[in-house]
Amino acid sequence: MSDSVETAAVAAPAPSLHTGQSGTVVRSTVIRRLLRNPLGIIAITLLLAISLLAVLAPVLAPFQENYSNIAKTLAAPDSVNILGTDSAGRDVWSRLLFGAQLTLLSALLCAGVAIAIGLPAGLIAGYYAGKFEAVSNWVVSILMSLPGLIVLLTIRAAFGPSVWISMIAFGILISPSYFRLTRTAVQSVRNELYVDAARVSGLSDLSIIARHIFSVVRAPIIIQTAAIAGVAIAIQSGLEFLGLGDPTKATWGVMLSEGFKNVYLNPTLLFWPALAMALTIGGLVLLGNAIRDALEDGEKIKHRKKVALTKGTTAAPARAGQQRKSVTAVDLGTEHHLVKVTNLGVGYPQADGSVKKVVDDVSFHVDRGEILGIVGESGSGKSQTAFSILGLLPDNARIVAGSIQFDGNYTVAPGEDRVDQARLSRLRGKRISYIPQEPMSNLDPAFTIGYQLVTPMVRVLGIPKEEARKRALKLLADVGIANPERTFSAYPHEVSGGMAQRVLIAGAISCEPDLVIADEPTTALDVTVQADVLDLLRELQQRLNIGVILVTHNFGVVADLCDRVAVMQNGRLVEEGPVRDILRNPKEQYTRTLLASMLEGKTPMSMLVSSQKEPVA
Amino acid sequence: MIRFIAKRLGSGLVVLFAVSALTFFLLYVSSGSIARNILGDQATAEQVAMKEHELGLDQPLVVRYFSWVADALSGNLGASWFTSEPVANSLATRIPVTMTMVFAAMILIAACAALIGVVAAVKRGWVDRVVQVGAIVGDSIPGFVIGVILVTILAIQLGLFPATSTISPEAGPEAWVYSMSLPVIALLVNGVTGGAQQIRSAVIKQLERDYVRTLRSRGIGEREILFRHVLRSAAPAGLTVLSLQLIGMLGGVVIIEQIFALPGMGPLAVAATGQSDLPVVMGVVMYTVVVVIVVNLLVDILNGWLNPKVRVS
Repeated sequence: MSDSVETAAVAAPAPSLHTGQSGTVVRSTVIRRLLRNPLGIIAITLLLAISLLAVLAPVLAPFQENYSNIAKTLAAPDSVNILGTDSAGRDVWSRLLFGAQLTLLSALLCAGVAIAIGLPAGLIAGYYAGKFEAVSNWVVSILMSLPGLIVLLTIRAAFGPSVWISMIAFGILISPSYFRLTRTAVQSVRNELYVDAARVSGLSDLSIIARHIFSVVRAPIIIQTAAIAGVAIAIQSGLEFLGLGDPTKATWGVMLSEGFKNVYLNPTLLFWPALAMALTIGGLVLLGNAIRDALEDGEKIKHRKKVALTKGTTAAPARAGQQRKSVTAVDLGTEHHLVKVTNLGVGYPQADGSVKKVVDDVSFHVDRGEILGIVGESGSGKSQTAFSILGLLPDNARIVAGSIQFDGNYTVAPGEDRVDQARLSRLRGKRISYIPQEPMSNLDPAFTIGYQLVTPMVRVLGIPKEEARKRALKLLADVGIANPERTFSAYPHEVSGGMAQRVLIAGAISCEPDLVIADEPTTALDVTVQADVLDLLRELQQRLNIGVILVTHNFGVVADLCDRVAVMQNGRLVEEGPVRDILRNPKEQYTRTLLASMLEGKTPMSMLVSSQKEPVA
Repeated sequence: MIRFIAKRLGSGLVVLFAVSALTFFLLYVSSGSIARNILGDQATAEQVAMKEHELGLDQPLVVRYFSWVADALSGNLGASWFTSEPVANSLATRIPVTMTMVFAAMILIAACAALIGVVAAVKRGWVDRVVQVGAIVGDSIPGFVIGVILVTILAIQLGLFPATSTISPEAGPEAWVYSMSLPVIALLVNGVTGGAQQIRSAVIKQLERDYVRTLRSRGIGEREILFRHVLRSAAPAGLTVLSLQLIGMLGGVVIIEQIFALPGMGPLAVAATGQSDLPVVMGVVMYTVVVVIVVNLLVDILNGWLNPKVRVS
C-alpha cells in the first residue's frame, strides 16, 4: 500500500505539468481555429461592433434617450434624426444605442448571476456528491420546470419594474444550466487518475479544483454563456414589450412595443429594434456554435494525431485525385474460397482532401470449417477489415483498393469504392453473421431477448413466429443457457454480460450462416466466462461446419482456437499462415513482439518502475 | 407501473406545494402598501387600515398562506383586488383559449419537428443543412418578434389574415381556424426549428449505437431498424425536448396573446402583474405549475412505457 502511494506521489507532478502544457496549446489552437472559421469571425465582429456602439452610446448618440421633440413625431429619416423619430418625437438612433447598452449589461448581469450560483454549486455537488447533490438536484428540477416569463411576471408583480431585479431573478432561474454542466464535468474528472494522484500527493481540494476542473469546464461555460445571454435578451425584451419594463429606460423591447402601437402609421419603427435584437442574439448563437465546432475539430485532430502516431509511416495519405480506387491487377485464382479478400484497402476522406488509409493491401482467405484469427493491436485495422466483409463500415469509409469475394461472388468488386449494400444485405444474417465485442451495448434495451432472436429468423428465413420461437429456445439451450424460457422473456438489462454474449452468439448462428465474423468476442467478459465462450464457439463451429473469422488482440485465444492466423500492424498484413507455424517460428519481428507480450513464461515484473523511460501512466 | 405513476404524482404534488409557498411569500413579503395601492392617494389612514383588515393583510403571513391553501383546496383562489371577479372564474374562462392554442401549436411542432429532424438525421445532405441553418435563425429571433413580424407583413401589409383574433366559434369553424392560424404559427416557428435540430441529434446518436450495427448484421432491413428500434430509443429524448418547449410556450403564449389581442391567460397575467393584483398572479402561477406537472407526468409515463428499464426502477 505504501509503495503505491509513493509511486503515485512521484508520478503526480509529471501528468499535471503535462496537462498544463497541452492545455495552453489546445486553447491557442482553438482560438486560431475559431478565427479561421468565417462564422466565428462574423460572430466576433458583430458582437464587438455592438459592444463598441453600446460603450460609446453617450458619445455617439446625438440626443438623450428620452429627449422628445413634440413638433417632430413619427418623422422619416433626415440629417438630424438619421433613423427618424418615434411617436413621442424621440430619436430612434439614439434610443437604439442606449438600448444596446442596457441590453448587453442586463444580459451580462444575468449570466454573471447564473455563473456565480451554478458554478460553485455544480463544483461542490460534483466533487463531494452526497446530500448537497441530492438537495440541489431537487431545487434544479423545480427551477427547470418553471416557464421563465411567468416567473418574471411574478417578480415584477412583487418588486415592481426593474431591469436589474428581473435579470438577477432570471439568472437564478437559469443557473441550473451551469450547475448541470459543471457537475457532469466534475464527476467525469473526479474519477480520473491524475486527480487521485494529485490528492494523494497532498494537494488541497481547492487547488485540485482550480488546476484540473476549471480547465475542463472553461470552454463549455463560454458556449453556455453565449446561449444564456441570448435567451436573457429575448426574455427581457419580451417583458418590456408587454409594457412591464421600466418606462424611463430606452430598451429594444420598449421600442418594439412602441413601434407595434404605431404599426399602421410607421412600421419601420419595428424594423430597427427587431434587427438589433436578431443581430445581437444571432451573433451570440453563432459564437457558441463556432466555439463548439472549434473544440470538436480540435478533438478530431488530436485523435487523428494519436492514430497517426501509432500507425507510423505506413499509412501515407493518398491525394484526393486518387480517392476513387484504381483497378489493380487482382489475382483471381482458380481455387474457390468461402471468403477471399484481395489487396483490400480501406480509407477515410479527410477535410483537407486526402484519404487516411486504415487498411492497406490486405489479402487472405477463409474456407468452410476453418477458423482464421486476425491478430493485432488496437488501431491495426483488424476490425475495419472485418467490417468491410460485413459491409458495415461507417458511412464515410471508402474502399480504396482491392476486392472481396464471398462464395465466389464479389461483394466488393475491383474498382468499386463502396461495399455493395444491395448484394450484402441479401447475405447478412442469412449467410454471413456477426458476433460483436461488447455484449450489453449490442442488444436493443427496449426489446426482450426473445424478440431480438425471433425477428431476424422470421425476416431472413421467412418462417412463422411460433417456429422461430421454438428455434430460439433451442438455440438458447444450445449456447448453454440454463433456463431458456426465462432468458427469452427477459430484457437485456436483466441478464449478465456473459449471458448476453451467449445470446448474441445464439443470434449469430440462428439463421445457419456459412461465415461468422467475431470481433473480440471475449474481450469484455470475465476471464472465467471467456474460456466458456471460446469453448462454445469451437463446439458450434465444428458441429455446424462454418467458417469463422476471429478478430482478437490475444495470441492465447488464437493458439487455443484458430487454424490459421493473420497478423496485422498499422493497417497492413505482417504475416499469415497456419497457427502452428507462426507460433513456433514467427518470421517477422512484430509477430515475435506480440508473442512475447503474452503473459505465459514471463518473469515477474520488478517493483522498480521509475528506471523506465516511459512515464508511469 | 402504478407505483411508478404514484411516485411521480407524489413528487409533483410536493413541487406544487413548494412553488405555491415560495410564490406566496415572495409576493406578499416584498409588496409593501397593498391597500394604499388599491385605494389610491386620496384614501385616509382609517380607510387603508379597514381595507387591510378586509383583505386579511393584518394577519401574519404564515396564517394567510395556510388559509389560502385551505381555500385553494376547496377551489377558491380568492378574488381580484381590482375587479372583485373570483380568480377561479377568470381562469376558467381564459384557460380554454390559451390551451387550445398551446395544444394546437404543440401537435404541429411535434409532427413537423419529428418529421424534419428524422429526415435530416437519416438522409443528411441538404435537408440536414437547412435544419442546421434554420435552428440558428430560429434561435436568433425571439418568438414574440416573429409574431410581430408575421402580423405586420401578413396581416397589416398584405391583409391575408385578421390582425386581431377574437374567438367566436359561432362565426363557424372555418372562420375560427382562420383567425387562430396566425397566432399559432407565431407560436410554433421557434419550436419547429429548435425541435427539429434536437430531434435530429437524438436520432443520430441512436443510429450510431452498437446495437444498430448488430441489427444490420442480422439481416434486419433499414426501414425496420429506423422505425422500430432507432425511433423508439430516440423517443424519450424527443419527448423531453417537446415537453421543455411546451413549458417555455406557457410563457411565450402570454406575449403572443397580447399581440393578437386574444382573450386568454396572457392579458389577464399582464394586467394583474402591472397592477400587482396578487391573488390573480398567484392563480396564474398555480395554473402554470399544474400544467407543467401534468405534462411532466405524462412524459414520465410515456417514457416508462417506451423504456422497460425506467419502468422497473
